[in-house]
Amino acid sequence: MTENNCSCEENNSKNEQLTMDILAKYSGKKGSLMPILQEVQTIFGYLPQTILKKISAETKMPMSRIYGVATFYSQFRLQPVGKNIIRVCHGTACHVAGSENITLALESKLDVEDGQTTADNQFTLESVACLGCCSLAPVVMVNKHTYGSLTPDKTKKLIKKYEQKEN
Amino acid sequence: MSQLNITINENKLTVSPGSTILDAAKAVGVHIPTLCHDPRLKPYGACRVCLVEVEGARAPMPACATKVTDGMVVSTDTEKIHRLRKTVVELLISDHPLECVTCEQCGDCGLQDLAYRYGLNKSRYIGERHPLREQGDDPFIQRNLDKCILCGRCVRICDEVESAFAIDFTYRGFQVQVGTDYGTSLKNTSCEFCGQCISSCPVGALIEKPRLNKGRTWETKKTLTICPYCGTGCTLELQTIGDKIVNVAAPLDKGVNRGNLCVKGRFGYQFVNSNDRLKTPLIKKNGKFVEATWSEAISLIAKKFNGIKSAHGADALAGFSSAKCTNEENYLFQKFMRAAVGTNNVDHCARLCHASTVAGLARAFGSGAMTNSIDDFAKAKAILVIGSNTTEAHPIIGINILQAVRNNGAKLIVIDPRKIKLTQFADIWMAQRPGSDVAVINGIMNIILKEGWYDQKFIEERTEDFDELKKILDAYTPEKVAEISGVSPEDLRRAADIYANSGASSIVFSMGITQHSTGTDNVLSLANLAMMTGNVGREGTGVNPLRGQNNVQGACDMGSLPNVCCGYQKVGDDGVQAKFQAAWGVELPKTPGLTVVEILNSAAKGGVKGLYVMGENPMLSDPDSQHVEEALEKLEFLVVQDIFMTETAVFADVILPGLTFAERDGTFTNTERRVQRIRRAINPMGNAREDWRIISDVATAMGYPMHYESADEILAEINSVTPSYACITTARISDSGF
Repeated sequence: MTENNCSCEENNSKNEQLTMDILAKYSGKKGSLMPILQEVQTIFGYLPQTILKKISAETKMPMSRIYGVATFYSQFRLQPVGKNIIRVCHGTACHVAGSENITLALESKLDVEDGQTTADNQFTLESVACLGCCSLAPVVMVNKHTYGSLTPDKTKKLIKKYEQKEN
Repeated sequence: MSQLNITINENKLTVSPGSTILDAAKAVGVHIPTLCHDPRLKPYGACRVCLVEVEGARAPMPACATKVTDGMVVSTDTEKIHRLRKTVVELLISDHPLECVTCEQCGDCGLQDLAYRYGLNKSRYIGERHPLREQGDDPFIQRNLDKCILCGRCVRICDEVESAFAIDFTYRGFQVQVGTDYGTSLKNTSCEFCGQCISSCPVGALIEKPRLNKGRTWETKKTLTICPYCGTGCTLELQTIGDKIVNVAAPLDKGVNRGNLCVKGRFGYQFVNSNDRLKTPLIKKNGKFVEATWSEAISLIAKKFNGIKSAHGADALAGFSSAKCTNEENYLFQKFMRAAVGTNNVDHCARLCHASTVAGLARAFGSGAMTNSIDDFAKAKAILVIGSNTTEAHPIIGINILQAVRNNGAKLIVIDPRKIKLTQFADIWMAQRPGSDVAVINGIMNIILKEGWYDQKFIEERTEDFDELKKILDAYTPEKVAEISGVSPEDLRRAADIYANSGASSIVFSMGITQHSTGTDNVLSLANLAMMTGNVGREGTGVNPLRGQNNVQGACDMGSLPNVCCGYQKVGDDGVQAKFQAAWGVELPKTPGLTVVEILNSAAKGGVKGLYVMGENPMLSDPDSQHVEEALEKLEFLVVQDIFMTETAVFADVILPGLTFAERDGTFTNTERRVQRIRRAINPMGNAREDWRIISDVATAMGYPMHYESADEILAEINSVTPSYACITTARISDSGF
């Protein structure tokens, strides 16, 4: 654990340094809030409140405005995401093929609601509009892998695989 | 530019370029409804209820955001326009709780007025509605988001006028709501609780918490008066029911503030109706205060004061007048001390704040007050703020400065050791070491001199002894100043460049530089800086001290000072002496009296034996409270006239209950020397009386008769003996809108 914490802290200070680099890159340039937020999100996976405060202090842009922009665009996240992101397709084909039940199964299996992250930070469950492989409906994407022709049971087993990977 | 012709519903008129259709309509008395419009804000054109038809235009135009062009023909009252407006209102009420029966804003609500106009009590549009979203944990401000119509006035006034940026639109689409970052309470944000958002909200989404359930606006009596807090002198509309203040607003078209108020003016009125007020005279008997009648209290004071006077002379008595009281009361108090008591030992708290300003500016310019008006900041090209946390101490002047900077591109130089709000907007912030102000100003002047940025013509025509100044400045090279003050030579250079070369530079200062042992020198240095660059006597320039109390300017003007009578007429001057002896019908003392500090020092040593304190609290406001306590305890007789049992009043032998600003008539003079009326809004509390009435009674009891029926009658006497106030009558003040 101690080692973990240590590397975590190192990681944090590295990430903060990266944030400062981004802010330096856009320093004095008007209209750069969007790229700053996007680049910061690639570092942290989401927009941490402490980092938004830092952006506010450095860019002299009010927190209320930054928060307004961050909540306006669906691309920005204000909550941390889990190690694995599960995207359940709810496009037309998947909807017809029962994606609703897939989501319900995942919600009960992971004990989260749609859009939330598990307490152990392993999984984030999301609904998406269409993953573009309707012939495989219903479809779920875990990280960069796509799984098709699923049933609620198959999906639960699939998740187990990722849990085991962790262990 | 030439005037533009416009026809509105067959009314022909001409307007100045830049006017909107809405401005023009107002000028001919044509009513166009608005929801998102506020004259304090930039046109926004969001709500679409001000749509009008313009001949030749493709579609209806928003009157609030459309500028008049020459020959424009506008119709505001057509069937099409009413149909459009009605639709907009229906859309708004489709997601607005029609809870007018319990809504605070009922009767004063833009949406309710429009729904009434179009006979709408329900909407054709059925769909999802927002749930009740009351936010309860903000101080002062009740947010009812379900009533919000998203006109953005609160967001914009917080940004454009207040520069506080506490709130913004958050989320998107149907989820949009005006909110703080992370939805936190306003107390965790940059909110200043000025309530400007409430003053702009057209519906009941934002309400002043203290007014909840106390009465709707239309039920209240409205009295125009002046704020009793700082020297800005904002116009207030006190809304009262019976003898209670229910709410405070500010009319958009009046005063220095034109609808704007800060947290003090808008919310700081509870003291008026406080149960802790003094309601009856009190006499200390065996160490305890006992209620007394007015005649008991007054005859005791007369007996004691006359006793001290005959035993030790008039100079064993002294008085503190008050920068919180009116001009009339200050005039009367100094007249009481000089004519009835017979001493010049009269002073007030200006001694501790801006006496150095009065002394310094009087030497430099002949008069110790702002050289320019508050409105003038809008015309400045550069503003140098030193020793003033303007946005906190004089918030409405702070607004003026920030608007000049943000809207008109004025450059802002802030010289202050602290990182105050103004520094966020400053082009240059110089954090000097405390006490090094003169060095910094000299450093700036040194650079201006060396670079030849001074105004030779102005110096030759309007100033004296420039060569003397030059000699002094030689020593203050940027490098040396950096060593003394910690301000870098580069910053000094940039500041000198901006200040000297802007075309119109204004200096703003306050107690951050006057309350030093070198206060007068600090002020003189600023005056020299302004004079050498010719930044005096024109619009947008000047040397502008911001006075602290609401009427500290008036208290000084009225002669509540030991060395001058009203209008700064010098005590001891033969002409002045003769004039006032004739006016007041009594022999007057010739030598200047003691100052606030000297009076307390003398009291501690047993010199001054009797003290009359009106509306001051030296235990809190004077330095070294232990010394003050010793002095007050040593006194033979102390009279305190106040509205509360203050830290000073507990030492008194007699306490006299005075009135608050809301209970009396009179005038206040603000920091820019604008004389404004305060008006009685409610009846006096308990047995309390106007301060001028009390002073008259005490003077009469001491054997110097004073009889006045009203504050106006005192003002008439002020007119007759004070050249600078000679023609200021309440009727003329009212005519000019104050």
